[in-house]
Amino acid sequence: MTSQTWHLILTSLPPIIKASVTYTIPLTLISFTLGLLLALLTAMVRLSPMRGPFQIVRGLFWVYVWIFRSTPLLVQLFIVFFGLPNIGVQFSPWIAAIITFTLNVGAYSSETIRAAILSIPNGQWEAAYTLGMTRPQVLFRIVLPQAARVSLPPLSNSFIGLVKDTSLASSITIVEMFMVGQQIAAKTYEPLLLYSLVAFVYLIICTVLTILQSYLEKWTSRYIQTGNN
Amino acid sequence: MLQLAHINKIYGKRKALNDINIQFPDHETTVIVGPSGSGKSTLLRSLNLLERPESGLYSFDQQTIDFSQPIAEKEVLQLRRKTGMVFQSFNLFPHLTVLKNVTEAPIHVLHQDKATAEKTARQLLQQVGLDQKANQYPMELSGGQQQRVAIARALAMQPEYMFFDEPTSALDPELEAEVLRVLLNLAKQHNSMIVVTHNMEFAKGVADQIVFLEEGRILFCGSPQEFFSEPTQRIHDFLSAMSFTS
Ligand SMILES: Nc1ncnc2c1ncn2[C@@H]1O[C@H](COP(=O)(O)OP(=O)(O)O)[C@@H](O)[C@H]1O
Ligand SMILES: [Mg+2]
Repeated sequence: MTSQTWHLILTSLPPIIKASVTYTIPLTLISFTLGLLLALLTAMVRLSPMRGPFQIVRGLFWVYVWIFRSTPLLVQLFIVFFGLPNIGVQFSPWIAAIITFTLNVGAYSSETIRAAILSIPNGQWEAAYTLGMTRPQVLFRIVLPQAARVSLPPLSNSFIGLVKDTSLASSITIVEMFMVGQQIAAKTYEPLLLYSLVAFVYLIICTVLTILQSYLEKWTSRYIQTGNN
Repeated sequence: MLQLAHINKIYGKRKALNDINIQFPDHETTVIVGPSGSGKSTLLRSLNLLERPESGLYSFDQQTIDFSQPIAEKEVLQLRRKTGMVFQSFNLFPHLTVLKNVTEAPIHVLHQDKATAEKTARQLLQQVGLDQKANQYPMELSGGQQQRVAIARALAMQPEYMFFDEPTSALDPELEAEVLRVLLNLAKQHNSMIVVTHNMEFAKGVADQIVFLEEGRILFCGSPQEFFSEPTQRIHDFLSAMSFTS
């Protein structure tokens, strides 16, 4: 490589990394945390045995999951940021991005959490009930800790997916990593180099997350006998 | 005293329990026997409201439950406080150590402080011969050991009644013996127990009262002497089918 190329790499990397630290990473962390809480709520409502008027609430959550799983994230982002102002609802780019990503994560992860809860044998519920526990106690103390282990790999998938999906926020004027790369590429006429640099930083972030995932998996599986230790 | 009157439970078209009337005396052991599918589990599970019969009255000391009416959550919890259950498949909480399996409900249901709960738990684990295993996870234990932990876990709630649903059916014979010894001890200490079992030798040794169920009906309720020495033709056939000699 020429020294010119090196120079371009060294001058481009700082703003790209800065954008990842100020936009990509916080956007991911905030949206995923809120999304997980929403997912947990959604899964619990959808699994709730209650009847009567409560069924309407359960129906609404079903509709929410259905819509957000059946439409592209980019379209959702455009509706929230460019569309809603038409009916007088206006958000800053940040808020629009967080709302959309949160709702999207909530819809997908609620299915993951719901499946994980359902995978815990009924005998666990029954044993806990016979010990006098209430439904919330059984859910939070017995079932969810086990469901966490089951749902960790698919949730990590969603998390890593979200890191990359935040690049879509560039389309609603957020100057995150991808947007910064795009701007420099436009100035320097080096799209291959710049987009590769951006890809490289995503790769680093996601690799760190993958390593973190394997530690978490070990920790949440500490009570499972693997047979080869 | 625990008493059932005119209990009916229907699954689809099948009557799993058909007009059950029975009393379970305090401080005695009732053994329930009968062919597979006769309703033994359904009967036991109705007693702690894991199953809800369609009709009938259930009284436990002063508390009476009418199955034809909706049952309040408070009633359910109150009744479950007084009963303990041991399942065929153990159902220990795999994510908790043996000690925590035993202290979980005393701490979070009875609101005992941790030290008290752990002290009691260790005593109970000693009683079932597993004090050495307190810090291990259930999956590191044999089936017989897991079932003994499950017994300690139920006892930690100090239930008035203990229910056992085929507690040894999932175990190899040598592991079965170690669990049955624990049950025999509990019976000797005059605990109030109801045990479903296929082990006739054990039933003979432990029962104060024997109940024979078939197709959801009680065909016999009486002393073990009567059950084993003067059986009706149907009971005779059942007992023969349970053993190899006839
Ligand atoms: N959840 C259920 N749904 C439908 N039928 C059931 C259910 N549980 C039990 N039964 C039926 O009720 C009858 C009694 O079952 P059970 O009480 O489990 O018998 P046992 O414990 O004596 O083997 C059987 O015919 C069984 O198939
Ligand atoms: Mg059964």
